[in-house]
Amino acid sequence: MDPMRQAILDYVKREYLEEDDDREVDASTRLISGGIVDSFSMVSLKRFLERKYAISIPDADASPEAFDTVESIARLVERFTAAKAKA
Amino acid sequence: MSWETKARAHFRAELDSIRSAGLFKEERVIRSVQGAEIEVEYPPGAPPRKVINMCANNYLGLSSHPEVVRAAHAGLDERGYGMSSVRFICGTQDIHHRLERRLTEFLGTEDTLLFPSCMDANGGVFEACFGEQDVLIADRLVHASIVDGMRLCKAMQDTFKHSDMAHLEEKLIEHAGRRFRVIVTDGVFSMDGDLARLDAIADLAERHDALVFLDDSHATGFIGKKGRGTHEHCGVVGRIDIITTTLGKAMGGASGGCVSGRRELVEMCRQRARPYLFSNSVAPEIVAGALQVMDLVSRSTERRDRLEENAAYWRKGLSEAGLDLRPGDSPIVPVMLYNAKLAQEFSRDLFQEGIYGVGFFFPVVPKGQARIRTQLSAAHERRHLDLGIAAFRKVGAKHGILGLKRKEILAKFGE
Repeated sequence: MDPMRQAILDYVKREYLEEDDDREVDASTRLISGGIVDSFSMVSLKRFLERKYAISIPDADASPEAFDTVESIARLVERFTAAKAKA
Repeated sequence: MSWETKARAHFRAELDSIRSAGLFKEERVIRSVQGAEIEVEYPPGAPPRKVINMCANNYLGLSSHPEVVRAAHAGLDERGYGMSSVRFICGTQDIHHRLERRLTEFLGTEDTLLFPSCMDANGGVFEACFGEQDVLIADRLVHASIVDGMRLCKAMQDTFKHSDMAHLEEKLIEHAGRRFRVIVTDGVFSMDGDLARLDAIADLAERHDALVFLDDSHATGFIGKKGRGTHEHCGVVGRIDIITTTLGKAMGGASGGCVSGRRELVEMCRQRARPYLFSNSVAPEIVAGALQVMDLVSRSTERRDRLEENAAYWRKGLSEAGLDLRPGDSPIVPVMLYNAKLAQEFSRDLFQEGIYGVGFFFPVVPKGQARIRTQLSAAHERRHLDLGIAAFRKVGAKHGILGLKRKEILAKFGE
């Protein structure tokens, strides 16, 4: 797993799983549709990504679909970091 | 756009998708007053059937209490049916102020403002008091009305893991640069029935110079030795900055809610909270009934004591029968079934046994956490509870779950 996906996965585990949570979470685990993250608690994940990767994710892009797996989140972040590099 | 050519089909499809996801909610019609025993018409068209109600927020059994009904009648006669106004135009009567003073005394705060409901209080209070420079840090299991209220406010939002004080402290430190940091919590969490660790929260708030917001809707009237709420139970009366609560549960169960707390914050609500400014006054008969409720709960702790005994008896009985319960010491006792379909079938079977208890499943509770949420009332008599425990035992045996815990139930029924 590349460092970005690993960092996002580590954050998700730290921020959303309880200590006694025995669920296995990897890059393809459904976070929102699987009930691990909800739209209310998602804001801290968005803020973490914005801060760590120095990007700004408009609310319209921070959809439950885009935030549903570590993989889809990483792709979203890559899109914004690439756009920033071009600019 | 014509309704018939396009819109009706769209909304029918939406409703069908709710149905096929198993999330369609249906009302069950009650043909009696609210109480420990009610007459329910279910399924629709069936002759009304007397069942024991295990799912009302009627914690103190005051919804149909004769003294409350009498007081509401008198209020109707003396102050009329409605105000036809919001509070600040011509909708404030002497009894509104009297009730606000009584609530202030009871909750141990500085001032109180009535709202049409606690949903409205939560919808208005954050936007009225806080702004862009502030952060609201909420427990992840707070009530939906708080989530909505926070979203209407421009303050930054964050959450902490349920009742996890270490995580809350991390967040307080993370947001140290904000003007005001507000810790937001329920007193009793409605789905699990557990109590917030308000003493630890108040200590953290003090250490980090934060404010505390508490929604005590599932506590006012019965949690704490005098029933003043979770802040009384945790020994932090006077240390909570904002309390919202409802008259729609233990306190007579009609409607109405309030924001109570620091004088200036309550005044900000009076000036700026939109549900207060733009929605009608609480109706006079409800205010009159609520004043009688205040008399009853201030006069004696008998009802909250009986409720506590009932909750302990119920919890012990279900536990001995082999049901898997969420631990706790409130009158909300969730019977854990984990599987959504099992929860629905269990509820139907209970109804056949004369017990009215509703299944809760995703998205109301997390996936794999389906349950029947039972709620005790001071109006329950021992025979009601014995019949209820016997029914749970019988239905539990039918589904083969007695003595089983989460992993075993999930292994048998899946998520």
